[in-house]
Amino acid sequence: MATLPEDSNKRKPQFDESLGPANTLWRDAGRRLLRHRLAMFGATVLCIVITMGMFGPAFSPYDPNGMDFADRFANPSLDHLMGTDDFGRDIFSRVIVGARVSLQVGLVAVSVATVFGTALGLVAGYSTRITDEVIMRAMDVLYAFPAILLAIAIMAALGKGIGNAMIAIGIVYVPIFARIARAAVLSIRNEEFIIAARAMGAGDFRILVSHVLPNVLSPIIVEITLSLAFAILAEAALSYLGLGTQPPDPSWGRMLSEGRAFYRQSGWMAFFPGFAITLTVMGFNFLGDGLRDALDPRLRR
Amino acid sequence: MNYQYVAQRLLMALVVVLGITFVVFMIMQIVPGDPARVILGPYASDESVAGLRDRLGLERPFLEQYLTWLAKAVRGDFGQSLLNGQDVAPQLWGRVGPSLELAIVSLAIGLAIAFPIGIISALKQGSALDIVPTVFSQIGVSIPSFWMGILLILFFSLNLELFPPSGYTPLSEDPGDWLAHIILPAFTAGFVSASIQTRFIRSAMLDVLSANYVQTARAKGLNERTVIIRHALRNALINIVTIIGLQITALFSGLVLVEIVFSWPGLGRLALNAVEERDYPLLQGAVLVVAVIVTIVNLLVDLLYFFLDPRIEYV
Repeated sequence: MATLPEDSNKRKPQFDESLGPANTLWRDAGRRLLRHRLAMFGATVLCIVITMGMFGPAFSPYDPNGMDFADRFANPSLDHLMGTDDFGRDIFSRVIVGARVSLQVGLVAVSVATVFGTALGLVAGYSTRITDEVIMRAMDVLYAFPAILLAIAIMAALGKGIGNAMIAIGIVYVPIFARIARAAVLSIRNEEFIIAARAMGAGDFRILVSHVLPNVLSPIIVEITLSLAFAILAEAALSYLGLGTQPPDPSWGRMLSEGRAFYRQSGWMAFFPGFAITLTVMGFNFLGDGLRDALDPRLRR
Repeated sequence: MNYQYVAQRLLMALVVVLGITFVVFMIMQIVPGDPARVILGPYASDESVAGLRDRLGLERPFLEQYLTWLAKAVRGDFGQSLLNGQDVAPQLWGRVGPSLELAIVSLAIGLAIAFPIGIISALKQGSALDIVPTVFSQIGVSIPSFWMGILLILFFSLNLELFPPSGYTPLSEDPGDWLAHIILPAFTAGFVSASIQTRFIRSAMLDVLSANYVQTARAKGLNERTVIIRHALRNALINIVTIIGLQITALFSGLVLVEIVFSWPGLGRLALNAVEERDYPLLQGAVLVVAVIVTIVNLLVDLLYFFLDPRIEYV
C-alpha cells in the first residue's frame, strides 16, 4: 500500500510532459515528415506543379492555344523548350497550363470520394450488423470493377467532359475510403473514450463526428494523398481516351492522345505530357508514403 | 477444414455478381434525359425515338426492366447492338480470348520481373540493392501505362522495328506472329503490376526469413540455397498467392488502357468503341463480362489460399 503514492508520483512528470503544447502528435509527425527525404522530394515537385496550376498562364512563354503553322512538329530548342505540336503550339506552355486540369480533377474527384467514402465507412463501422453488411457489400460490388472500366462506363452514361470525369473518378474511389474508415472505426469503437462519451449522453452523430472521426483521420489523410496520385492518372487516362478534357483546352492526357496520332512526325509530342504526369503522380506517391511513415511510425519497416 | 468458409465465400461472390449486374444495368438508367434521344442524336424524329424507347423497354417499370434484362443476361443474352442490330453476346465471346491471353502473359511477365527483384532485395535487406524495389515500385505505380506503351512503340516499333506497333494474330494461326504482337502490350501491363508485386514479395520473404523454422533449417547446416528455396520461399508463396489475387482487378484496369494503346482486340477496346458509338447494350455486355471474370478469378484465388493454408477462418 505504501508504494501507491510513490507510484503515482513517478507517473506524474511523464503525464505532464505529454500534456505539453497541444497537437504534439501532429507536430511529431511534421518533424518526421521533414526528415523523410523522398517525401520532401515529392513535396517539392508538388509545389512546382501547384504553382504551375495556379499561375500557369503567367509563366507560359507562349499562348498555350496560339497556333503557328509555319513551325509545326519542332524539336525541342531554346525557342520551344519541349518543341511544338501538330498545330505549331508550344508544348512547354501547354504542359504548364495543363497542370491546372490535372489538379482540379484530382482535387474534386478525391474530395467526392473522401466525403462519401468516409461517411459511408463511419456509418458502416459504427452501426448495426445489417447496415454494415449492406453498405460494405455495395462497396465490394463497386470495388469488383476494374477502376478505369467503371469510370469509362459512368462517363458513357453521364457524357463526356471534365465535370463528369470528376464525378466518375470520385465514385470509383468511394469504396477505398469506405473500407479504410470502417476498419479504423472498428478498431476503436469499443475503446473506453467512446463508451464514456456514450455514457455521458452523447448521440451517435456527435460521437461519430467529434470522437471517432478525429481518430481515423491519419489513415484517411494518407489515403487522400495516394488517391490524388491515382485520380490524376485516371484523369489522364480518360482524357487520353477522349472522354475527359475536350479540345482545345490543354490537359496532359489529351496532349498524349494527340501526340499518339503523330508518332512518326514527332515523338516529343507524346513524351513531355506523359513525363509531367509521371512526375506529378510520383510526387503524390512519395509524399503519401512519407506521410504514412510519419503519422504511424509503427508501420515503418 | 472449415468448409463453412468455402460456402460463405461462394455466397458472397454470388451477391457481388448480382450487384455487378445491377450496376451494369444502371449504366443506361443514369443517362441524363432520354437515353433513346441521346443514342439517336438531336436530329432524330420523335417517332424513331419513341420506337427505340419501346425496343429498349424504357416505358416499362424500373424493376421489371431490370429483371427482364437480368433473366436474359443470365442466359448469355445481352441484347442487340444498337449500331448493327446483331446480337451482343457473340461479339463479346470473340473478345474474351484475346483479353485473357493478354492478361495471362502480362501476369507471367510481371511475376518473372517481380520474383527475382523481390527475393534478392529481401535477402540483401538494408544494402544498396534494397533500394531497387522501392524506386522500381514507385516508378511502376506512377507511370501511366498508356504513356509507357507509347514510348515502347516509339522505341521498339518505330526506331528499332523489332515488334509490330499494334494489332493481333490468333495463336492458332501463327504462334510466332502472336508472340511478336503480344510482347509489347504484355510487357507494358506486366511492368506496372510487377512494380507492386515486387514490394509484396519482398515483405513476404522478409517475414518468412525471420521465422524460427528458417533459423532451424540454417542451424541444421543446410546450404543457404536449400534454406531459401525449400523452406523460406515455399512458405512465402502462400502470402504471395493472395497478393497476386488482389492484383487481378488492378491488372485488368491497366489492361483496358493497354488494349486501346496497342489496338488489341479485347474487351477493353470493345468497351471504348461501344462508348464512342453510344452502343449501350454492347458496353453493358463488355463491362459485365470483365467484372464477372475478375470476380471469378478473385474467388478462385481466395479458395486456393484456403486450401494452401487451412488455418484461415472466415471473419
